[in-house]
Amino acid sequence: MKIAITATGHTIKSKMDNRFGRCSFFAIYDTERKQTEFLSNPGQASNEGAGPASVQFIVSQGVTRIISGEFGGKVKDILSGLNIQMIIHGKTNITIEEILNQISQN
Amino acid sequence: MKIAIASGKGGTGKTLVSTNLFNVISRQGQKVRLIDCDAEEPNVCEFIRGNVEEETLTMTHIPVIDSHKCTFCGNCQEYCSYNAIIMLPTIKTIRVIEDLCHDCGACVYACQYDAITEKEKVTGSITQYSISANADVLESQTEIGIYSPVPIIGQTINMAEADTLTFLDSPPGTSCPFIATVERADYVVLVTEPTPFGLNDLKLSVETLRKLKKEFGVVINRYGIGKELIEDYLNKEEIAVLGHIPFDKRIAETYAKGDLITDKYLQYSELFKKLHQNITKQLQR
Repeated sequence: MKIAITATGHTIKSKMDNRFGRCSFFAIYDTERKQTEFLSNPGQASNEGAGPASVQFIVSQGVTRIISGEFGGKVKDILSGLNIQMIIHGKTNITIEEILNQISQN
Repeated sequence: MKIAIASGKGGTGKTLVSTNLFNVISRQGQKVRLIDCDAEEPNVCEFIRGNVEEETLTMTHIPVIDSHKCTFCGNCQEYCSYNAIIMLPTIKTIRVIEDLCHDCGACVYACQYDAITEKEKVTGSITQYSISANADVLESQTEIGIYSPVPIIGQTINMAEADTLTFLDSPPGTSCPFIATVERADYVVLVTEPTPFGLNDLKLSVETLRKLKKEFGVVINRYGIGKELIEDYLNKEEIAVLGHIPFDKRIAETYAKGDLITDKYLQYSELFKKLHQNITKQLQR
């Protein structure tokens, strides 16, 4: 399974980005291969519809679960329609590394 | 000739100015029209009452994609500049995000497989009220749940006639609904008040109008309550002051009853005639 975490930068020391649609990067963690890759979010620069553009991008990568600080109204409808699980991480100011540790501990 | 009455800050007196200007001009027998462009919250008709002449529904077209005919070629999605189409070929999914659609028709044009048709969706209404033989009001109103009032504002202003003096009562703020209104105006009257909030939002409006290269002047409402903040700024920026409306309890009382100060007080009838003259002078410069 692939899990996407919204990230402010492209290393595991980067903080989680609290926004979904306009996040800078996605950290994509592959639970089988236990590997993380960082992809820059092309949806970020959209004038309108950054959320749906980001969904298009991230779901095309085969992601089925997304961790972020918040999800906008349009995105929630689309993601639930696609059976993609949205996880709102309550903690702000947390690094990607810390979230990855939490995932592996669970 | 289209003159927009706008302000950055809400509640500074746009509607007070637009309805009273309209009133003094229509009483003089000149052909005049007032368009309420605050489509999300029109209120001109609280002050000016007339008979409904015509009500038109405004529509938008939304693409409907037949997923059986769709080959997931991606053309429509590529043509869409608004991210209104999501396509995931791996799971054979294609969806339209209706709120993002701008009704440009590019997706229909892009599709070579006849998979896209369009449905109509009501976005709001335009109501024409006749006030007198020479004056009328157009009121734009968005339907509840419509994502943006911008298209209907444009459709309403497009009904203005070139030879009729037309006032556009703008939505507040400096975002898209404001821009949709002022960009279609030949001149803009900014209404402000001598408070720190008034000044802050006036600056934002001035910046926006300068970017749009629009001619404008300022009316100071509630004149007398504050320090000279506003006037210092206007002097420094060399912005024309078109008039001052004093801070007067009678104005608030009249407004709260839904009446017009230019009907009740000769002083204000004269003030608004003078304001009209000042605007006309600016237009002739």
